Amino acid sequence: MSAIPISWYLVLSAVLFGLGVVAFVFKRNVITIFMSIELMLNAVNLAFVAFARARNALDGLVFVFFVIVVAAAEAAVGLAIVIMLAQHRESLNVERVNLLKL
Amino acid sequence: MSVPIILFFVCALLAVAGAVLLILAREPIHSALALVLVMMALAVLYLLLGAPFVAAVQIIVYAGAIMVLFVFVIMLLNAGVEERTDFSKIAKWAGVPLGFFLLLLIAHFLARSSIGTAIATGAGAAAEQASTRELSVQLFRQYLFPFEATSILILIAILGALVLARKDE
Amino acid sequence: MLLLDHLWIILALPLAGAAINGLFGKRWPQSVVNSVAVGSVSLAFLAAAETVREFCALAPDQIPFVGNYFTWMVAGPFRVNFALQVDQLTVVMLLTVTFVGMLIHIYSTGYMAHEGGYYRFFSYLNLFMFFMLTLVMAANLIVMFVGWEGVGLCSYLLIGFWFLKKSAADAGKKAFIVTRIGDLGFTVGILLVFAVFQSVDFGTIFRDVSQNPRSEAVLTAICILLFTGAIGKSAQLPLYVWLPDAMEGPTPVSALIHAATMVTAGVYMVARMNPLFSRAPVAMLVVAIVGAVTAFYSATIGLVQTDIKKVLAYSTVSQLGYMFLACGVGAYAAGIFHLMTHAFFKGLLFLAAGSVIHAMGGEQDMFKMGGLRERIPVTYWTMLIATLAIAGIPGFAGFFSKDAILEAARVASHGNSTIFILWLLGVVGAGLTSFYMFRLVFLTFFGKPRYDEHKAHVHESPKNMTVPLMILAFLSIFGGWFAAPKLIGGIDHFEKFLSPVFSAYAPRVAQEEIRVVNPALPPVPPGYSEPSAGMELLKALTGVPVIVAVLGLLAAWWLYIKSPDTPKRWAQSLRGLYLLLLNKYYVDEIYAALIVRPLLWISTNVLWHVVDEGAIDGVVNGTARVARESGSELRQLQSGNERSYATWVVIGAVGFTVLLLVLLGGMR
Repeated sequence: MSAIPISWYLVLSAVLFGLGVVAFVFKRNVITIFMSIELMLNAVNLAFVAFARARNALDGLVFVFFVIVVAAAEAAVGLAIVIMLAQHRESLNVERVNLLKL
Repeated sequence: MSVPIILFFVCALLAVAGAVLLILAREPIHSALALVLVMMALAVLYLLLGAPFVAAVQIIVYAGAIMVLFVFVIMLLNAGVEERTDFSKIAKWAGVPLGFFLLLLIAHFLARSSIGTAIATGAGAAAEQASTRELSVQLFRQYLFPFEATSILILIAILGALVLARKDE
Repeated sequence: MLLLDHLWIILALPLAGAAINGLFGKRWPQSVVNSVAVGSVSLAFLAAAETVREFCALAPDQIPFVGNYFTWMVAGPFRVNFALQVDQLTVVMLLTVTFVGMLIHIYSTGYMAHEGGYYRFFSYLNLFMFFMLTLVMAANLIVMFVGWEGVGLCSYLLIGFWFLKKSAADAGKKAFIVTRIGDLGFTVGILLVFAVFQSVDFGTIFRDVSQNPRSEAVLTAICILLFTGAIGKSAQLPLYVWLPDAMEGPTPVSALIHAATMVTAGVYMVARMNPLFSRAPVAMLVVAIVGAVTAFYSATIGLVQTDIKKVLAYSTVSQLGYMFLACGVGAYAAGIFHLMTHAFFKGLLFLAAGSVIHAMGGEQDMFKMGGLRERIPVTYWTMLIATLAIAGIPGFAGFFSKDAILEAARVASHGNSTIFILWLLGVVGAGLTSFYMFRLVFLTFFGKPRYDEHKAHVHESPKNMTVPLMILAFLSIFGGWFAAPKLIGGIDHFEKFLSPVFSAYAPRVAQEEIRVVNPALPPVPPGYSEPSAGMELLKALTGVPVIVAVLGLLAAWWLYIKSPDTPKRWAQSLRGLYLLLLNKYYVDEIYAALIVRPLLWISTNVLWHVVDEGAIDGVVNGTARVARESGSELRQLQSGNERSYATWVVIGAVGFTVLLLVLLGGMR
């Protein structure tokens, strides 16, 4: 079977990552912003797997494993925060959450 | 055109479409579902890359647990259509364009980088799959400490989530 | 050789007195302050006397005796040691300063007894002694300058002793500022000396100038610059204006600083620098002209003044003029002689005036006195003796010194019409001096009392004030008798004592000129017949100076005792002239308009508003303003809006990525 150049996977990874950044800046809903983070993480995972394949090494896969685990923990805590925020502020619009304002 | 290549393009298109849908969706639930689509597509790509274990973990954990959690929260909070506020001028004018620029920048570099082309030949050679057995050996030998550390991390996350989401008395 | 090896002791004693009184005197009773102050000066006098005794035992080649104490400044070729020296001139100055200073300290214990700030007064007075002694014992121009500035500082402090009184504070400032103008010239002169001779040490300079001739123009420049410092410090035209105002200070201060010692610093400096001056005839002529004109000018002002201290102030300016006239015609020894006798009789005059003022409860206007002769006899007799001395009546100290000056001037005027005019001015000035001094005595002590006898409590001063008066009166008579033998064909011992100082580095001139230019040099050319002793004496006693002195006395007697209404009539008929003299030729007003007001305007409008407020404050406030405004601008970054923050992160990420790619050479 003809091989797919690794660079294609990498470009796809870059595209997904960029779209994740755009989503992060563009969207206003807190949960959606969170999801864009997940999108970025996924893009990075793809790059790792691609490199693992390219180098014939398993380290990349191990790292993907850890990324997923950490993403899970992060999602748990992050969503807990989102719930708290929604309860206190009655709004999920990130622009209304200006607790960091000096 | 061989099957892998067609498969690649299809999955790639699905992934990108999912990402774009995530941006364009008006309701967060639609964004969540779009993200699930992306993950599915990526799982197939992992298979193509010869990492079946990772593909499985992706579906089981990422799409199956994390996204379900997201959907639960969305439904719990009854998140509806986003309010159209526009307080941040800089985000509108600089953020979005620069995000695209970053995208193109990295993509461009990666496309033309030596690592991309050099490995192209290698990729074809190693068409075997990375066995789960070898992966687990690595995990429990070399990466034992990070493995145990992540278990503690999960514990902490659980505790944190519990404390945070508790109603104030 | 105890003291010669430790000359600094003479300086340390008054300095210690000043420090102790200054730091601790506030809580001490007057008796303790007295002991410290008078004690330190008396010990200084004894130390000086001992130094002189040791000095007299030195061999001629050991003179001047220099003590190098430590290297003070080194900056490349500029090397200054803290060095003190003793030669014959120093001896004269040392003894005069310490002895008269001691007497005035004792007098002050009586005069200032009822004044506040007692300890402060004596602290300043001791400090003054320290600086004055530094000045006269200095072995180089820089140490002399330290003393020079230091006495100026003490003068300021003491003139403005009653600093809460505006006129006193102003007078102190005026003194300091006006002398500063002179000091500018002095400083430039010192720098020029260094530039020409690569040293500021007296011995080095004088040896250098006598062995290696320098251009007369350069030496003239140096001497004139140094002399401007003397003009300021010794109150000559045009910088004399501070001295009359300085009478705001307590009378002992006027006696010590503005009569006996500080103001004579200029004369001392010129005499000390005689090797340079003698090689710059133009500069010497300038000195002589300034001296003679000032002597005459100041005497005219003194004719009509009403305040007893002001008369004495103008008299001091005038007498200093005579000293400079002497130096200007090369008779340095005569100038120093007059300096010494002047310290005696002028010091006495001021102290006696202080006694009168003390007796009159603070009154200083002579026209409100009169008839004090019987009330305060000691003061009267001592003041009379001092007046006889200053007028130049034969037998008294002033006669010898003033006669020496006028004689030297007359001799120098042979074939030089300029100096002849100066001599003439000196002679007329002597007549005026005699007149206004006797006027002072007659107005104060004779006639009917012009004050309310019941209100004033006229009493003689206490012993600690009258005893110094008597000692100075003794010196005002006998202090000049060193020169007496000259009258009967002998030699002037004073001149002889000082001659090494003035001849050691004197320029070699043709034999005939020696007689005319420098009377200090001994040899007499052959063919000159010695007149007999009796002839000499007769010549001296009937000389022009004596005649004008007696004329002055008679005129004063006539105008103020015989027919007291005459002065008033003359003042009415010559109203313009009278007012001109009374208002001191309006010089202060002219200075105020021409110099003071423009300077004040520049200070306020340019230096204050533009430079200080605009530039300096502008920079400081501007920096703060920039910080504040940039801060308030940057603060807007902290909007609390998470999307903005995210955007900034993206901007950073893009920048970083670009940088990384450029560095790795992967771009383009």
